[in-house]
Amino acid sequence: MSTIAHDDHHDHKPTGLKRWFLSTNHKDIGTLYLIFALTMFFVGGAMAMIIRAELFMPGLQFVDPQFYNSMVTVHALIMIFGAVMPAGVGLANWMIPLMIGAPDMALPRMNNMSFWILPFAFALLLSTLFMDGGAPAGGWTMYPPLVLQTGDAFPFLIFAIHFLGISSIMGAINIIATVFNMRAPGMTLMQMPLFVWTWVITSFLLIAALPVLAGGVTMLLTDKYFGTSFFDAAGGGDPVLFQHIFWFFGHPEVYILALPAFGIVSQIIPAFARKPLFGYASMVYATASIAILSFFVWAHHMFTVGLPIKGELFFMYATMLIAVPTGVKVFNWIATMWKGSMTFETPMLFSIAFVILFTIGGFSGLMLGITPVDFQYHDTYFVVAHFHYVLLTGAVFALMAAVYYWLPKWTGNMYDERLGQIHFWLSLISSNVLFFPQHFLGLAGMPRRIPDYNIQFADFNMISSIGGFAYGITQLLFVYIVIKCAMGGKKARALSWEGAKGLEWTVPSPAPFHTFEKPPKLTKKMLEL
Amino acid sequence: MLYEPIVILIIKGIFKLKSTLQKLFLVLLFTPLSALADWTLNMRQGVTPISQEIYQMHMVTLWVVTVIGIIVFAVMFWSIFHHRKSKGAKPAKFSHSTTVEIIWTIIPTAIIISLAVPATKLLIKMDDTSESAITVKATGSQWKWKYDYLDGVGEGITLYSNLDSKSKEISQRDSGLSPMDHEHYLKDVDEPIVLPINTKIRILTTAQDVIHSWWLPDLGWKRDAIPGFINDNWAVIEKAGTYRGKCTEICGAGHGYMPIVLEAVSMEDYTKWVDEKKLAQEASKNTSDIVLNMKELITKGEKVYKAQCLVCHQANGEGLKGAFPSIAGSAIAIEASNRLRHIQQIIHGKGLMPAFGEQLSDVDIAAIVTFTRNSWGNNTGDIVQAKEVSEARKKPNVITAGDLKNKKLTTGTKIKELAQVK
Repeated sequence: MSTIAHDDHHDHKPTGLKRWFLSTNHKDIGTLYLIFALTMFFVGGAMAMIIRAELFMPGLQFVDPQFYNSMVTVHALIMIFGAVMPAGVGLANWMIPLMIGAPDMALPRMNNMSFWILPFAFALLLSTLFMDGGAPAGGWTMYPPLVLQTGDAFPFLIFAIHFLGISSIMGAINIIATVFNMRAPGMTLMQMPLFVWTWVITSFLLIAALPVLAGGVTMLLTDKYFGTSFFDAAGGGDPVLFQHIFWFFGHPEVYILALPAFGIVSQIIPAFARKPLFGYASMVYATASIAILSFFVWAHHMFTVGLPIKGELFFMYATMLIAVPTGVKVFNWIATMWKGSMTFETPMLFSIAFVILFTIGGFSGLMLGITPVDFQYHDTYFVVAHFHYVLLTGAVFALMAAVYYWLPKWTGNMYDERLGQIHFWLSLISSNVLFFPQHFLGLAGMPRRIPDYNIQFADFNMISSIGGFAYGITQLLFVYIVIKCAMGGKKARALSWEGAKGLEWTVPSPAPFHTFEKPPKLTKKMLEL
Repeated sequence: MLYEPIVILIIKGIFKLKSTLQKLFLVLLFTPLSALADWTLNMRQGVTPISQEIYQMHMVTLWVVTVIGIIVFAVMFWSIFHHRKSKGAKPAKFSHSTTVEIIWTIIPTAIIISLAVPATKLLIKMDDTSESAITVKATGSQWKWKYDYLDGVGEGITLYSNLDSKSKEISQRDSGLSPMDHEHYLKDVDEPIVLPINTKIRILTTAQDVIHSWWLPDLGWKRDAIPGFINDNWAVIEKAGTYRGKCTEICGAGHGYMPIVLEAVSMEDYTKWVDEKKLAQEASKNTSDIVLNMKELITKGEKVYKAQCLVCHQANGEGLKGAFPSIAGSAIAIEASNRLRHIQQIIHGKGLMPAFGEQLSDVDIAAIVTFTRNSWGNNTGDIVQAKEVSEARKKPNVITAGDLKNKKLTTGTKIKELAQVK
């Protein structure tokens, strides 16, 4: 009798609007997050296309400089807060309970709320595009006094950021509560999959960093409307104070985007190398030390503001130090591949590309960290190339890898492997055509955030734009692959990948609406990583 | 097995023949491209001892990361080619090795220390601005640079660098002009800063409205120009020539349109320039007695308008909707009762519009006012002479006097405006 009732319960799910708007189910909320992130990826991507179209040739062709600046600003805010972060949280929602054998997230109602804040926050932000004075155009870094020149869009910008912060903090609290309280009996912290570890550490970063940003933007708000002078020298304030506050949030934010990507790759490479992850413990410690160090390097974003030399030296040393734990991670991934038995399905291809291209981004990061040379690199296209290598061919590639890796578990179907491979190779080539020449542009002296340039920069900009358009179009293929997979295809087995390890592969594919309602009895084999 | 000796060979080669390979690497990688026009790939070496050292530091770091990258990725690709299932590779079981992990923590640490030591020395050298012969203050504002010679030969000179008018015309949307026709498009100014070579020059940077950043790649550094604060840096230029740079901190719509041009000349030529400049500066101070006819005023006014007003108010005088108000059809530029307000708005600025009173002479302002009151359908027929401007300077500011209480105060103008009211 109990079996039948149990099965009934599995199938029971709310339908229609109720299912999606009032959901407290971690899988549905995870799906919502992922769909939202993909949508925002295309909205932000469309803005990138406008930027690349304007930069295709010297001269102003399509947009006014002010609108161009708005595109630069809103593109960044959307990609960071709307695409990469929600995609990471979506994966965490879907996978963490499955990976630790929990029935759901610890705080399911808050989970619903933290998602549903997002569409409203982005409605606020995107509505500014239609306002008098245009959307925010002072760069996503929102440096005063420039940001205070924003028109009617200003309070919308500030409150959108507040909402995004609240949403992320709630998500972070939920992940910490889930991981610390709801692991299947017998699973110790050091037996958790690395993806779970990286998300726990990321959650602490979110909780520590986002309130600082909230404070900073609130000070902007009072400076603009309530007569304070936090960032106004004429009233005894200091514009650079905002930069310190912003980057105290901003640098950990970089790792908020990158650490989950590290976690994803650490799941996928062992699965396709059919060999345990090399140096699990050192991976955990390296992640934690990167996270801690990320709070002591913020001023490397501001070497040119005129810091005292002792400060510049401190931040240079701290920044260079981060290369050590990051290097350890890269070496561990390669050692995991070493003497494995590798196959190269799409998730593995994206993961390998991640390792190489993220490392290239890390190399340019090390170069940027050397203060005297940074005086040349700072605020040029060299920086643009650097952070796009880290965030696009880094974080976004890892997120793509994750989607391909877990799609069979989510949909019950295998995706079209041939199309997946095509998507990978096109993405790989186009993104490098897009971003590699930007290193040269920066070194040759092209500043960031300019709508027009001298003919000296024309050739590489054109190449970069062609790469950009190609990358943009290629991502439509990704949407097609995902939809096709959701609609049908070769049925996936519970263990969708031969070498995959972890509790998520012990439940059927697609994963039932409710899983692990009774904690799984862990065997030694199930805890293998 | 085949790849191992090749990889070792490559690595040995790099260490042995660094400079040869450096060229070869670039040539090989970009052969089809280098055949074409100006494909600048690398950082400029610059013309100061510091900029050369920075270039060296850049090249050393670049090579260190390139070699590390080649080694690490070579190992990875070797594994990818050999340890694949399709070749029948059986997975090994190992999952850690303390020795290896210690080694690959210590080696990167050592490399980083070896980079940090020269970087520290260079930074300390750059920090020493003492004993400079000439001090110039660069003040950024939306969107031009003002230079004040504060100390040394040339003391007392003030000049403004605006984007050159040819670039301005080309850069207008739908101008029909091609950027290809202007070699220094967006990299030229109407009046460059002139400095002597082989002299230690201290350059202070600050700003009037928002943060800007003063960058000349050939000097090897950039420094932010921050309102209310002054930064300093220095340079000894070793080669005469014209050096071009740009503002590198986003500062609003005109961020891409405020270049920096420095002409480095011999001390002899510099002294000559200083004398001429001082004479010209003296002459432009007293222009209030100049009387011009309508045609002369409009010709002059159009020229000054293009240099000072075009970026915001546009060539057609209509501004940019939502950001910069239109002059064409604006009450201030048409109604007779607003004549004083019109002149004073240019002198004192208003809101986002900067004050031009200090920068422009009486006759220049008179010309702009006449020009804008008689262009784009503003057919007032008004003629404003320099004397009227000179008198408007002495009168209380009608723009801020009445509506200060209701006006949104913008950063930086607060104190100034309050002082004016008092």
